[in-house]
Order: sequence, then structure tokens, then C-alpha cells
Amino acid sequence: MARTLPGRTASGIPPGIPSGIKDATAVVGIGRTPFAKQLPGSEKELACRAILAALDDAGISPGEVDALASYTMEETDEVEVAKSVGLGDLTFFSKVGYGGGGSCATVAHLAAAVATGQATVGVAWRSRKRGSGPRPWRNTAVQLPTPAQWTRPFGLLRPVDEIAMLTRRYMHEYGTTRDHLFNVALACRNRANQNPAAMMYERPLTREMYMTSRWISEPLCLYDNCLETDGALACVVVSAARAVDCRQRPVYVHSAAQGLPAQHHGMVNYWNDDPLTGPAWTAARHLWKHADFTPEDVDVAQIYDAFTPLIPLSLEGYGFCGRGEGGAFTEGGALEIGGRLPINTAGGGLSEAYVHGFNLITEGVEQLRGTSTAQVPGAATCLVTAGEGVPTSALLLRS
Amino acid sequence: MLTPVVDDDGAPFWEYAARGELRVQACGGCGELRFPPRPCCPRCQSFDGEWRRMSGRGRIWSYVVPHPPLLPDYAERAPYGVVVVELAEAPRIRLVGYLVGAPGAGLGSVPPDRMRIGARVQVVFGGADGALPQWMPERP
Repeated sequence: MARTLPGRTASGIPPGIPSGIKDATAVVGIGRTPFAKQLPGSEKELACRAILAALDDAGISPGEVDALASYTMEETDEVEVAKSVGLGDLTFFSKVGYGGGGSCATVAHLAAAVATGQATVGVAWRSRKRGSGPRPWRNTAVQLPTPAQWTRPFGLLRPVDEIAMLTRRYMHEYGTTRDHLFNVALACRNRANQNPAAMMYERPLTREMYMTSRWISEPLCLYDNCLETDGALACVVVSAARAVDCRQRPVYVHSAAQGLPAQHHGMVNYWNDDPLTGPAWTAARHLWKHADFTPEDVDVAQIYDAFTPLIPLSLEGYGFCGRGEGGAFTEGGALEIGGRLPINTAGGGLSEAYVHGFNLITEGVEQLRGTSTAQVPGAATCLVTAGEGVPTSALLLRS
Repeated sequence: MLTPVVDDDGAPFWEYAARGELRVQACGGCGELRFPPRPCCPRCQSFDGEWRRMSGRGRIWSYVVPHPPLLPDYAERAPYGVVVVELAEAPRIRLVGYLVGAPGAGLGSVPPDRMRIGARVQVVFGGADGALPQWMPERP
């Protein structure tokens, strides 16, 4: 699998100062807390632990951090984090909207800030107590104002109901089956069974378990849904020049994109010409336009999996197959280690932990360091994506 | 049961619904229909608008059957069917709703296994204040 990628010198260091953000920055530290249905400690404490672990991994002291990036539905704000762990003077801080759609955008914002000289050491993080805390859709005071006036009163209450609506149509138009969705759930579970940190480490999944499990929102069953997790993660971004002096092997941010398509309308994307063409398509166009490689060159992918159908939809959006072919793509073990495109190699949101997709970023880094618990041999390129359906973001990482 | 939290842009929709009329916002400049309601036209940027009456006929574009955990009022009626209906006059105008066996019958009054993508439906109005668009199958 190892190959010399276009635009790289024999030394493996990106040449010169690249235009834009391409390979200008690298992830040099990752950190996380344990994952569990219930963890002691506040979200703030978990955030601090993950951030300090990431800085320690990088060999960078908290006082050197001058940039932060996070995304919404995060309860811990920059002031609390910076004061708690003893960060330096911050000159850049951003918070991206739309929950799980913002995961990769945090790294993208830090990469842009560092590449343009707005900051030198950036930290992105996510801390959630979704396992022991309340389900957001139960808070009707927050959830009901527009646009939910058009959906919630009619019984479309939860994100799973909104995605199930798209899934039914997707199955109807293209012949996608529950076996295709099972292929997604199984691949994630198989990887989690290799990852001692995963919530589902010792819990294998069978086709019979999947096909006989209870419905959550038909056509989606229990195993089509992500976990509910307490946990926190963080990563550290610095310039490519500094990265070579850090403790860990640098993982370069090769390309990054956000995606909010014209006339898009959030997860209930029923109000445009083509609801099955989601934000992934918009992010993908920008992502590949600025990349030196193509979907065929991607060794491993970490694809946002709050629900199994987001995988085939994202495979189409990011160009791994044609429109309507996402279900068929999952056949024949394509998503497993050794398959056409191994995905979610730590178990993903479905089987490792659901922390709004940040564990997909850290696992992408692990793969390109060569330290994953389900290592793809010689992996040199990785796609990481954020929540599809909501305004999204994505990263191409390279070693 | 949850009731719509109405905003400025959507208020006329609900006022017409309370009178038993299904109306969709249309641009006063270019005539383009748009939903959900917005202050101006994304095609020609005009702030002029009108509310055009629809026939109330449509087809089921997709549907789901939610099961608990749900909010208590909804859990009592689960499993129930929720549909997205595309309007006959403007197929890309799609409304979320549910099927009823008779005007004013509630959520869950039609068995979920009766739903089919492409099935023809007709709007009726019900809910607590009679202002909620509901959909009756054309073929009972």
C-alpha cells in the first residue's frame, strides 16, 4: 500500500511552503479519556483531561497554545478550558455550528489559522456526557422553534426519525437493503472488537442479532444507531515546520472543507430538489479540488456514523462510488480490513464511542502513525468526515 | 402533543390552515413557490410574496415508523407512521405529516403497514385546534 504520493520529496517532507493550507500543518498530538456509558467528572473536567493528554502526546506545554477550536452542543467554552489547563494568550478561537457536522471543521479552522500566521499551536476538542446526560431531542423548549414547527408536531421527533425518512426513500430509489446497512454496522463492530478502548470491545455482532433487534424508527433498528457515550477527545495542530520536531510522527492536513449546499435545510433536508444529495457532495468537491490524490488513493476512511445509512450516502458524496451505488459498495467485505475501503477502524460512533465524531479524527491520526488497533498495512492517506445531513466538514490526512 | 411554535415567516401558513386552506408561499416577483417560508425569494431576491392555495392533493414521498423511546404523548401512539408528502402541483414542495383514517382522527389512526411510497393522499385539517394539516389516503 505504501507509495510515493505526488507533491512529496524523497525525504517525505512536503516541499517548500505549499499554497493554501495543503500540507502546511500537521496533527502532532491526540488525547482522550476512557469511553463509557457513565464517567465520573464533569464535561469540563473530561475536556481538560483530553486536552492535557493531547499536549503531552505532542510534547508541547499548555502555555504554548494560542488557538482553540470547538463545535456547538459543547458545554465547555474557551474561557473555561483556557483558564483551567493554563493555556497561553489566545489569538484565535472559533466555534463551528451544527453539532456533529463541525467535527472536522475544528481541525480545518486551526489549520487555516496556523497556515496564515494567526496562531502557532492550536487545540481542538470535544467533551460530552451524552451517555449519562439527557437526550437533546427531549428538550422541546430548545428543539421546537423553527424549522421544527414543520416536523416535530407530526411525530418526527428525533434525529433517527429524520434520517430514517431519507433512508426509506434511498432504499426505494436504489434498492439499498437492510443487509447493506448491516454490513456497515458489522464492519464497525468488528473493528471495535479489536480495540480495547471501544465500548463494544467484547460484544460481537451477528446478522441474526441485527435482523431481530428492536426497531427505533423503521427502517432503522437498534444497531443502525450510534452509541450513547461519556468521553472527551482532543488534538493538537502546528505548522509542518514545527511538526518535524515534535514527539510523534506528523500527520499532515492535506485538504479540508466545510459543506453547506445551496438550498440545504439541515438534517430534515426534504425541501430541495434532491434530498439524497447531502452536504457531503459540497464538501467533497472542495476537498478533492485541493488534493493531490483521488478517492482511489485513499487507504482508509473514518466516516461519520451516527446512523448506518450515512455511510453509503457519504461513500457516494465523497466519490468512492456512483449515485445510488453506496449500498452495493458495502458488499463482499469492502468496508473490512483488507477490503476496498476499510472504515471506522476503531469502531466509529456505532461501536467505539459516540463523541460527535471526534474519535474518527484521532483514529485517522492513529492509522497514519501506524498505531491503530486495527492497522491498515502501510496506510498513508485517510479521509475523515463529519456528520452528513447537517452542514458538514471533512479532512484528508496524509503521513 | 407538541404544537407548532410559529415564527413570523410561517404565521400565514398556520392562519390559512386554521381556515381549512393549504397555502404555500409564492414569490411576488417570479412566482416561484418556496417552503419552508422565508422573507425573500432565493431565485430573484424579491421580498414581495403571496400565499397560493394548493389543491391539497399529493403523494407519499417517504415514510417512517417511530418506536419508543419517544416523548410520552407520542410513545402512547407508537408505533405510528409519519410521512413526507410531495404536492401534486409542486413535487419539490414536501410537507411532513401523518395519515388519518378520517378528518380530525389523530396520529396513529392509520396502521403503519398501509403506507406506500407513491400513494395518493388528500389534505384534511385536524389536531387540537383543527389547524394541523393531516393526510387521508385517496384509497381507503
